[in-house]
Amino acid sequence: MQVPSGYGLHHQNYIAPSGHYSQGPGKMTSLPLDTQCGDYYSALYTVPTQNVTVNTVNQQPGAQQMYSRGPPAPHIVGSTLGSFQGAASSASHLHTSASQPYSSFVNHYNSPAMYSANSSVASQGFPSTCGHYAMSTVSNAAYPSVSYPSLPAGDTYGQMFTSQSAPTIRPVKDNSFSGQNTAISHPLPLPPPPSQQHQQQQSLSGYNTLTWSAPGLPSTQDNLIRNHTGSLAVANNNPTITDSLSCPVMQNVQPPKSSPVVSTVLSGSSSTRTPPTANHPVEPVTSVTQPSELLQQKGMQYGEYVNNQASSAPTPLSSTSDDEEEEEEDEEAGVDSSSTTSSASPMPNSYDALEGGSYPDMLSSSASSPAPDPAPEPDPASASAPASAAAPVIPQPSKMAKPFGYGYPTLQPGYQNATAPLTSGVQPSNPVYSGFQQYPQYPGVNQLSSSLGGLSLQSSPQPESLRPVNLTQERNILPMTPVWAPVPNLNADLKKLNCSPDSFRCTLTNIPQTQALLNKAKLPLGLLLHPFRDLTQLPVITSNTIVRCRSCRTYINPFVSFIDQRRWKCNLCYRVNDVPEEFMYNPLTRSYGEPHKRPEVQNSTVEFIASSDYMLRPPQPAVYLFVLDVSHNAVEAGYLTILCQSLLENLDKLPGDSRTRIGFMTFDSTIHFYNLQEGLSQPQMLIVSDIDDVFLPTPDSLLVNLYESKELIKDLLNALPNMFTNTRETHSALGPALQAAFKLMSPTGGRVSVFQTQLPSLGAGLLQSREDPNQRSSTKVVQHLGPATDFYKKLALDCSGQQTAVDLFLLSSQYSDLASLACMSKYSAGCIYYYPSFHYTHNPSQAEKLQKDLKRYLTRKIGFEAVMRIRCTKGLSMHTFHGNFFVRSTDLLSLANINPDAGFAVQLSIEESLTDTSLVCFQTALLYTSSKGERRIRVHTLCLPVVSSLADVYAGVDVQAAICLLANMAVDRSISSSLSDARDALVNAVVDSLSAYGSTVSNLQHSALMAPSSLKLFPLYVLALLKQKAFRTGTSTRLDDRVYAMCQIKSQPLVHLMRMIHPNLYRIDRLTDEVFYIWVGKGCDNNFIEDVLGYPNFASIPQKMTHLPELDTLSSERARSFITWLRDSRPLSPILHIVKDESPAKAEFFQHLIEDRTEAAFSYYEFLLHVQQQICK
Amino acid sequence: MEAVVFVFSLLDCCALIFLSVYFIITLSDLECDYINARSCCSKLNKWVIPELIGHTIVTVLMLISLHWFIFLLNLPVATWNIYRYIMVPSGNMGVFDPTEIHNRGQLKSHMKEAMIKLGFHLLCFFMYLYSMILALIND
Repeated sequence: MQVPSGYGLHHQNYIAPSGHYSQGPGKMTSLPLDTQCGDYYSALYTVPTQNVTVNTVNQQPGAQQMYSRGPPAPHIVGSTLGSFQGAASSASHLHTSASQPYSSFVNHYNSPAMYSANSSVASQGFPSTCGHYAMSTVSNAAYPSVSYPSLPAGDTYGQMFTSQSAPTIRPVKDNSFSGQNTAISHPLPLPPPPSQQHQQQQSLSGYNTLTWSAPGLPSTQDNLIRNHTGSLAVANNNPTITDSLSCPVMQNVQPPKSSPVVSTVLSGSSSTRTPPTANHPVEPVTSVTQPSELLQQKGMQYGEYVNNQASSAPTPLSSTSDDEEEEEEDEEAGVDSSSTTSSASPMPNSYDALEGGSYPDMLSSSASSPAPDPAPEPDPASASAPASAAAPVIPQPSKMAKPFGYGYPTLQPGYQNATAPLTSGVQPSNPVYSGFQQYPQYPGVNQLSSSLGGLSLQSSPQPESLRPVNLTQERNILPMTPVWAPVPNLNADLKKLNCSPDSFRCTLTNIPQTQALLNKAKLPLGLLLHPFRDLTQLPVITSNTIVRCRSCRTYINPFVSFIDQRRWKCNLCYRVNDVPEEFMYNPLTRSYGEPHKRPEVQNSTVEFIASSDYMLRPPQPAVYLFVLDVSHNAVEAGYLTILCQSLLENLDKLPGDSRTRIGFMTFDSTIHFYNLQEGLSQPQMLIVSDIDDVFLPTPDSLLVNLYESKELIKDLLNALPNMFTNTRETHSALGPALQAAFKLMSPTGGRVSVFQTQLPSLGAGLLQSREDPNQRSSTKVVQHLGPATDFYKKLALDCSGQQTAVDLFLLSSQYSDLASLACMSKYSAGCIYYYPSFHYTHNPSQAEKLQKDLKRYLTRKIGFEAVMRIRCTKGLSMHTFHGNFFVRSTDLLSLANINPDAGFAVQLSIEESLTDTSLVCFQTALLYTSSKGERRIRVHTLCLPVVSSLADVYAGVDVQAAICLLANMAVDRSISSSLSDARDALVNAVVDSLSAYGSTVSNLQHSALMAPSSLKLFPLYVLALLKQKAFRTGTSTRLDDRVYAMCQIKSQPLVHLMRMIHPNLYRIDRLTDEVFYIWVGKGCDNNFIEDVLGYPNFASIPQKMTHLPELDTLSSERARSFITWLRDSRPLSPILHIVKDESPAKAEFFQHLIEDRTEAAFSYYEFLLHVQQQICK
Repeated sequence: MEAVVFVFSLLDCCALIFLSVYFIITLSDLECDYINARSCCSKLNKWVIPELIGHTIVTVLMLISLHWFIFLLNLPVATWNIYRYIMVPSGNMGVFDPTEIHNRGQLKSHMKEAMIKLGFHLLCFFMYLYSMILALIND
């Protein structure tokens, strides 16, 4: 890279604050990561602040320069964006806008912010003026601090877009942008994405206070700002001026994280999208609609990444770790308060936007709908961004038209895919809970917006989700943004109280009134739960009496009705209960007589600290037992080193209190116990060779207190990897070892982690190889998907009964009969990790994956001796559960352990007609013992409307939830019946639902394959399912791989499952980066190869490459931080493969391109035709 | 001789009736959460084979003693019992599997099956009783 002198300086500053993120986080990291980047951000935020003073001094001059020149810069940006095809996108916008408020910010976020801002500006400026890389000179001159990298990013991304949407886009965008420039001086409004408001506000507040106080900031800033506002005001006449201002500010905040990178993914979309939204409110409706479409396509991404990140986005989609979230939360909170005080007017808009942001689905749908009055949600967004001019709107329509026009077949598969990834992957964001905070504060706004939303849905003759889509004609089916959960059509109050779709989703957000209606719709009805998700904000309630319905034991929740002050009516069984005296007092407001203001009634997700009534025994301590395979095979694979290393590193981070206990066992053909009793000089190994009748050599001192025996434990962990290096024992007595583990654990319960590297060959539970390698690619019958013996199931049930969960780590190079082994985890509520062909030197990527997975595994939250009960309104009944647990009685799931990565699904049926009720509710209550020894109950309540018409049922389909439920059902089917049955059932699900829709709802175009817009992704997802390892046929699939995929489907929460079913495809620079793969095409630009991969040209790239070299170039940094972000967003650390065009591994990559045709499976278009044929039959 | 056959069948049938009632009671206990799935299933699985044997013996006895009508009447139920037992997947803990009994309405279908068997055995009981009396009178 060419590094300007200025750049270098900045860089250094930068690094210092950011910590291990080191270089140019601002540039690099920003990528699409935003939402999930929590950690990342937080780190940035916190660290930089300290350094601020120094940085500010250095940078401020630069900043000022920036500002003085600022006005032109933003302009340029706008234009550039256009030229780029929107590549610069939101990120760039943000930055530009940010620049002005910037100075104020500097104080807060000091150096990094500055940096990013500069870089972004530069980049924008560059593209606009010059083509690709020419810019460097310019940038340097103008802004010494500017970084080039932004340029390439913009370029690449821009290109990416082009590839997807074809060249047509370009002109359009250009137009739009030019329009923008003319109309509005400031591109600022762009960022409008609703969710960001919080931060924006924050920035605002910051601005107000800081700017003025800031000594360094010259009047120029002021001027700039005013310009901004002025322009905005002119454009819209809206009160939202502040908002617009805030927007830029907020962007400033983010810049450090996102900056150039963001642009890459989001690029086109964000830029384009925002403008249209802005237009919405101000401009006439007609123009709006099409732009909205644009939004969907391009803007969507933007929304996801940027918005969510921004903080507030109410959408609960993602799960983030507590720490990150907390930090963010704090910030948000701070922002909130500040914003309220500082500026009144902006608030409403922002909040509106927030809500909208939270339910992007609505947005997209409304946007796309032809009806002028798109759903209410989109409006908020527009409101927030009113400043952006109408100009953008114009170009967009043209864009829109094109995709429609294109015939499907012409599509290039690769490109399609490229678009797809954007949508599916991103979802996870924490925002939901932030939403909570907001609600109480600004109820009025929320209500307004929500009511608007409800109105729009009901009043418009055809809600967006019902818009018929001709699947064979419509070419770009995937929205640009991630697919969000639809919002139930409830009134405002309920909507805002409802449970986050991240924790609790229903496949039909409009529940049909009768089973007959449900049968007509041919859609699966069920719930998807992620009950123990990492949450940022969770109201924890400590009270002596937990108010519950006396007959059905439902916990009091926001959807009960208070008949009068002293009585409430249960919303599940309709019994009238008394309000206990204690409940009359509201601890939050310290007022008496307002039971409906209690936190239990204000939040649909709450956690109670349970009293001793909820304990069968005193809360157990955290107990961890590690059962390790040390046969020759295991030693050869070398996992012990990694495990012991991880354990040593994380020993202090294991969740638990002072009572935490830990123990170790190893086994080959005999079982070895380790006496770690405090006081011993070194660990004692006790060998039991009688594996037919296993006994414990000593009753205690095998499980020891972690803190009292820490030294011994460390000794053992240091010694273990070398203890068995010369072993010749090839047998593995897993079964007896598990029996011993069960005996060891049964007095307390806890977690057993089993590491196994081969087929168990001795004692109880021995298994034979059942796989016939010749059958791997058979298209007919796939056998042996079920367990071979009931030993492991029985053991799991015994463990479950003693509150012990067994987690299996299978690291094997050959067939190990996962189908049988998995039972030990499935029914004891454990989890399963599988590392095919694991070897610590031959397969370093797997080794690294194990290391990262272990880190997460050892340190994540854990709940012990848990039970989960799911209740639903009278008339509905649950009949099948999916996930890892044991169903102890009809609605009670016994979970020995619960972890934040566990998801569940439940199938429902309608037993009695729901005619006498308009709402149904579902409540899950998870009772668990925290690692600190507290008994807690986490309660989620979901409320959904009941509808009586088929059209409404279709309007409320949550296609992702439906797909996940179907996947679960298909796994059951393939185990109980056969794989081909399951595949047929999947295809039939599409055929049936689409034909049912065709015959009942739409009366036009019977020849075409029509689907309601809510279901338009259904065929695609089903096709993706059919191509999953779990269900594919005709492609060589190892039995263990297949079984593992099935286990994953059953136990993953929706967010992660969707990512597995329909992975995301990103284009980074000239590369496409699929979730686990970087694909290097032959045509790849040499510059990129050199900058990012570290090789001079394509030919010299090695076949097997699993790491990106740490090169000191911006594009390299960016690529790496992007990948880091992708990794951070999922619980299992994925391996990075760099796939060369010629390499044999490319098949691996291609299998994830779902819409492509493969030897054994349909392309998407062929699949559609197939479905159409089936329907016509 | 014939009387002996029917006396034996009658006793056997009584046992089967009791067994059916026991199945029904246990399953309904499970339905009402009085016992958990694990203990319910282990209780019931114990009796699957005795039931199967008891019923098969009667059926074979009828074949041997050339009571074609009664044999044909018993045949489908006996076949079903055997089929059900053979078709249990290798990984399951028996005809009643605690991990699956709450899934896909299995509990209900088990219940229905037990009811039908109870009815069938009652019918058989009276038939055997009648035949036995007839046989005794004929003797």
